[in-house]
Amino acid sequence: MNRNRYFLDYTLVSLWRRRWKNAALIGVYSAMVFLIASILFFGDSLRRDAAVILQDTPEVVVQRMVAGRHALIPEAYAAAIGQIRGARNIRPRLWGYYYHPASQANYTLMVPADFTYADDQIKIGHGVLRTWAAARDNQLFFKDSDGQALPLTIAETFSGETDLVTADLILMSAATFRRITGTPEGFATDLVGRVRNQQETRTVAAKIVEILPDSRPILREEILRTYDTLFDWRSGYVLVAVSGAMLAFFIFAWDKATGLSAEERAEIGILKGVGWDTGDVLRIKVYEGMAVSLTAFVIGVMAAYAHVYLASAPLFDHALKGWAVLYPQFHLRPVFNGNTLGVLFFFTVMPYTLVTLLPVWRVAIADPDAVMRQLG
Amino acid sequence: MILNPAIIALVSNAWLISAVTLAAAVLGLRIIRRWDLNSTAGLQLAMERQTYLISSVLTYLLIFELLSLFLFAFTADRLHSLFIGAMCAAGSLNVNAYGYPALQLKLVNCLLCGIWLIVNHVDQQGEDYPLIRFKYRFLTVIAGLLVLESYLLTQYFRHMRADVITSCCGTLFSEDTTSVAGVMAGLPPYPAMIAFYASMALTLRTGIHFLVTGRAIRWFSGFSVVSLAAALVAIISFISVYIYQLPTHHCPFDILQHEYLYVGYPLYLCLLTAGIGGAGAGVIDRFRQHASLAAVIPRVQKKLCLGSLVAYIIFLMISGYPIVFTDYTLSGY
Repeated sequence: MNRNRYFLDYTLVSLWRRRWKNAALIGVYSAMVFLIASILFFGDSLRRDAAVILQDTPEVVVQRMVAGRHALIPEAYAAAIGQIRGARNIRPRLWGYYYHPASQANYTLMVPADFTYADDQIKIGHGVLRTWAAARDNQLFFKDSDGQALPLTIAETFSGETDLVTADLILMSAATFRRITGTPEGFATDLVGRVRNQQETRTVAAKIVEILPDSRPILREEILRTYDTLFDWRSGYVLVAVSGAMLAFFIFAWDKATGLSAEERAEIGILKGVGWDTGDVLRIKVYEGMAVSLTAFVIGVMAAYAHVYLASAPLFDHALKGWAVLYPQFHLRPVFNGNTLGVLFFFTVMPYTLVTLLPVWRVAIADPDAVMRQLG
Repeated sequence: MILNPAIIALVSNAWLISAVTLAAAVLGLRIIRRWDLNSTAGLQLAMERQTYLISSVLTYLLIFELLSLFLFAFTADRLHSLFIGAMCAAGSLNVNAYGYPALQLKLVNCLLCGIWLIVNHVDQQGEDYPLIRFKYRFLTVIAGLLVLESYLLTQYFRHMRADVITSCCGTLFSEDTTSVAGVMAGLPPYPAMIAFYASMALTLRTGIHFLVTGRAIRWFSGFSVVSLAAALVAIISFISVYIYQLPTHHCPFDILQHEYLYVGYPLYLCLLTAGIGGAGAGVIDRFRQHASLAAVIPRVQKKLCLGSLVAYIIFLMISGYPIVFTDYTLSGY
């Protein structure tokens, strides 16, 4: 035990003696850890946010398909689906998109089930307020499906916390929605329903297709699964894309471990000369590697944490989020789990250790007499 | 194939480890053929130096294998949401025929790496490298198994297909796919309990006997391996059930989750430590006759036996806690 402590002590002192050389290595190493950790943290958070958002959504969404495309669904379908045992609260939904030429952006229109304001009032997200070019006196100007201008008053705005989902959202009454989008009476965008027993959702979906062959039920669990796969796939691809950088780093590490300065060579020669054996030299070299890895790992993880959760990942959120750029300020909720750290360890410390093992061993087996003869 | 960071990490590192071990095994083969302690040739000196390299490689290997064992279980668990019917890792490992073999082989490889390190430790204590040939023959077996493990792991992830929505159809697509068996069949609890506690009692009994008298180490070793198997069966059959307090939930993976305070990690670590210690003590017993090891081996065996016993006792205490101190009981089942 004591012996190991002396070895560790020696290692740290010798690392400190060559601090500038090691600082370069730790700097590059930390950057590597930072990059990969950022990708992993970001992916984790998006996946979690998707799950949180979908938590309260209805279990089943039913769309109608016409000619392979999503079409308006007759509200009468809701009654037919309501007959299925286990399906409940079937209700039509009205939602759509609205393109506003002045701001050159698409906004999401929705009719909530419990819209309490008048027909000429709306509730909007922050992104709408920021980007809508023709806003005046709390009024937004829309064009209805006949081309007539339609001013609507802002009754309320969403709080900033829900920005990720509400930034481009405009809520309105059903009558106003039909007027703007031209959706005829008796039709809805889709139907949603709840299924009480989670195990039954697939059976309910099968029955819906049976009685309404032109419908397409989509289950919440499927949406969740698809998002999961999508975010996994994205962060996987980004990782593959940076694998070149990783390789470059490992070559750099290999090179650093191989190319010893004359001074270091002399040091090892003298250590062996005074009685250290190969195992001892190997041990201090291994400790050295561990100290470097640990330092870089901690620095990299902390930097990535700050980057993703405090600064909202400015470096690559476009690649991973992949949604329209209108989306705005939002803060990811920190997700921190052992699995992610394990994966990170496997991407950085483990290959580093294996890659540097051979050069380190080469150093450790050097003959003291050969080294000292070179010195003289 | 699902391209997920954890999967990329597991697969690429499995092959990296295999490659390094294969390289070590090739060096080992040369040592088996050409080793001659009395020789003063350059080759002999080079080979003696290579033994250092190989020991370091294997030390890391054990650490990485252990980590990847847990990472694998964890990843399989996380992936369960991608498959219809899978509730946890038990389901996602069932997605194809490679999942469970890969996990089991990983477990075996962890044990073998541990035993190898024990043999290596003993060998280094002897002045004349008495176990060198055995050690490197053993290493070639480990290398082969590691390659097989990497292959199984790769196949497992390659043949994985997530049940996701495609643009053309929603649920109908999922309807066609069969759902995987999400539950694990466990042995009925009472026979498993009897087998588990009986083997534990025998292990403790023979272990104490060895510590006191220095005899019957092979009995201890044998029983500790049996106990390892019995404990794994017991976890599935009743220990996990007590931890979850749910008579139908036989999952050996959920205990690794934070809902159950990560209690699985100490449990499995104790089991592996105890199993490696017990098996290692038995394996090195074969070399008692070597003159240079006559003093070393009993000393090492004592330590291993003690470590193994302590690990099993900790396991018994952790696993026994919910059985003894909670209101939950299996007596109705």
